[in-house]
Amino acid sequence: MQKIIKITIIFLLIFILGIFFLSLNKSSNYNTESLVGNKLSEIELVSFEDDSIFTNDDFKKNSFTLINFWASWCAPCRIEHPQLMELSKENNIKILGVNFKDKKINALKFLKDLGDPYEYLTRDSNGKQSVNFGIYGIPESILIDNKLTIIKKFVGPLTKQDLNNIIEVINNL
Amino acid sequence: MLSNTGNFLLILSILFTSFIIYQSFACLKKTNDMIFKSIYKISLLQSTTILICFFTLVGAFMVSDFSLINVYQNSHTLKPIFYKISGTWGNHEGSLLLWVIILTIFSFLFLITNKNHPKNYRINTLIIQNILILGFLFFILFNSNPFSSISPIPKEGLGLNPILQDPALAIHPPLLYVGFVGSSIYFSAAMASVITNYSGKFFAQSIKSWVIISWSFQTLGILVGSIWAYYELGWGGFWFWDPVENASLLPWFAMTALLHSLLVLEKRNILYFWSIILCLLTFTLSVTGTFLVRSGILNSVHTFANDPSRGIYILLFLSLMIFASVYILFTKYKPTNDQINSNSKETFILINNWFMMFYLITVLLGTLYPIFTDAISNNKISVGPPFYNSVIIPVVIIFLFFMAIGPKVRWIKNKFLNFKDLLKIIVGAIAVNFIITYFFKSYSLISNLIIISSVFLIISTISDAIKKPKINFARIISHFSFGFLIFFIGLNHNFSIEKDFNLKLGETKKIDNYNFELKDLKLQQYDNYKAVIGKIQINDLSTNKKRTLNPEIRIYDNPQTLTYEASIKTNFFRDYYLTMSNIDRSDYYNIKFQEKPLMIWIWISVVMLSFGGFLSFIRNAKNN
Repeated sequence: MQKIIKITIIFLLIFILGIFFLSLNKSSNYNTESLVGNKLSEIELVSFEDDSIFTNDDFKKNSFTLINFWASWCAPCRIEHPQLMELSKENNIKILGVNFKDKKINALKFLKDLGDPYEYLTRDSNGKQSVNFGIYGIPESILIDNKLTIIKKFVGPLTKQDLNNIIEVINNL
Repeated sequence: MLSNTGNFLLILSILFTSFIIYQSFACLKKTNDMIFKSIYKISLLQSTTILICFFTLVGAFMVSDFSLINVYQNSHTLKPIFYKISGTWGNHEGSLLLWVIILTIFSFLFLITNKNHPKNYRINTLIIQNILILGFLFFILFNSNPFSSISPIPKEGLGLNPILQDPALAIHPPLLYVGFVGSSIYFSAAMASVITNYSGKFFAQSIKSWVIISWSFQTLGILVGSIWAYYELGWGGFWFWDPVENASLLPWFAMTALLHSLLVLEKRNILYFWSIILCLLTFTLSVTGTFLVRSGILNSVHTFANDPSRGIYILLFLSLMIFASVYILFTKYKPTNDQINSNSKETFILINNWFMMFYLITVLLGTLYPIFTDAISNNKISVGPPFYNSVIIPVVIIFLFFMAIGPKVRWIKNKFLNFKDLLKIIVGAIAVNFIITYFFKSYSLISNLIIISSVFLIISTISDAIKKPKINFARIISHFSFGFLIFFIGLNHNFSIEKDFNLKLGETKKIDNYNFELKDLKLQQYDNYKAVIGKIQINDLSTNKKRTLNPEIRIYDNPQTLTYEASIKTNFFRDYYLTMSNIDRSDYYNIKFQEKPLMIWIWISVVMLSFGGFLSFIRNAKNN
């Protein structure tokens, strides 16, 4: 009897610890760094201005596209905005803005005040589209090439150093 | 510079700790009953080094040394000095350093205060405690180093999360840590006790003070966290059965059970292995809680940043701890034939333990179940208050009755139970319940029972205090305030009023017995935030008494965040609780108003509960 109790306790403990371990790996799914090198399969984003849709083909003609997820209510987005303005001056890259869970009027005011770096502006009012890109907080940015391969992923506001990295990547190829 | 100093002190601490372990093993080989003087000296050095290391980090926060990543990420030059200091432990890395401080200081104090216990037992405790310390020091140095430097040095820091900039939260972690990290010492002592066969009464005496002190601090820590949630999170509640709150409650249940079973061990020399299991369980649950909140499995304000490597380390550490304790228990366990009479204090204390285990298992299941379903079936569910309330509340009623009767019963064998007295008390409790129902309004059956059982406990404890010639004040106060706590929670829950409406400047709205008027809005600039402060006048039409509340909408600069500060007017009878939030593109403000009766008494009850613990600590120290 005692042996059975002992074995049961050990199995129970292994089970609990095993689940903890599994959950840990699960939460690392959020670590979107692992997406680098993957291809974006299907892009379907609704334009900010009307209901037209941007798809894969729209981005294949650019050498590079930076997909930037932002919102007017997000303070770090304001911090990274000068970097985006700077980047929009580069020739090799176009910036696709995804306005995340935002109000149109606030978003437009944000762009009016701080400048509009976006070649394409789309909206994701309920945040569902962004989930497909592995986004769980904003700001985040994804750099893709013309084959829609993810080259780099930036979690949090883009810094000056990130900006230099991007410029280096797009001018080297 | 501070980065080097900090790292040097960390490495020095590792060396001291390793040396203590080495010397302790050498000391075990000697047959005499003396502990090497060097062990005392190095232990003192070890504690001092860790303290200096911690104060180096505090210093870095005070002078805003952004060459440290930790300071850069969690501080800002404009932050008030008080929050610069509390920012030291308001993040994962810094708080781990606080962990190690408590591990070390407790280790040192246990060594110097238990001189009348055998050498082998003390040395083994020291070895195990120092292995724990070593594990955490390595974790800090290689995985969560608060002294990692950043180059080029940023000019400004990112700031501390504004909702953490709060006096209650500044003291919440240290209090809670003394509680659950403090439990490490009786984890080590329990292991040492089993290894060296130092069991029974004397073992109980050697750890009793440590259990009481950690229990008292844990109680205060939970209280302060709860008060913070009450006024900061803006929901008006004080306990949400959030997994993170549960993580602090689980070790509390185990500690409470241990506190009581130690009484039996001390008096009757029985329940030894059960007490050992509780010692091991308490600290294991503490580390499990830390794992759950730090690994990012659970999301909450305590999840500082997601870093799976951190989780793996704590999980590995936890697994080692669990299997080492299980191994030692299994190999050393001897079945005992404890004779317990069913009508004796021992039985009632055992019943207390069963109840505590029931609460523990319920809360543990509720906390882990969503994690399990997510891992096994990808099914995301959440277990909320309805589960806990419906499982725990009915059981609390029975528990309170046992809690009232238990202390009246004698050790070994009780002659008879004075049913006449008990009957008087229960009639009194029912009468109090009727008065409450009469003056307020009727409420559910379960609430009636909660009030009756808690009043039963209160009256019964008071009658104990009056009748018995030699009374244990610590016990009286703790039991009495626990009855009070449940009583006030019951009343508060039943008679709270909540209103939700929109108001614009100058407008007056009448709801039930109240008139609300938004009289003024002003913008005020503070050091690290600006605030929109509302002036809302509440006129109680039944008494014609006017009260002004000033809720705030705060806009913090670093990091830029919006928070809503509740305005709370407290008196001995009720709290008026009001929050205000702006509505986009509108002149209206959303107002949430709550009237919460006897709120302050819930806090007072918990303070008294832990005061009972401190009294017991002093009493125990005097006796020994």
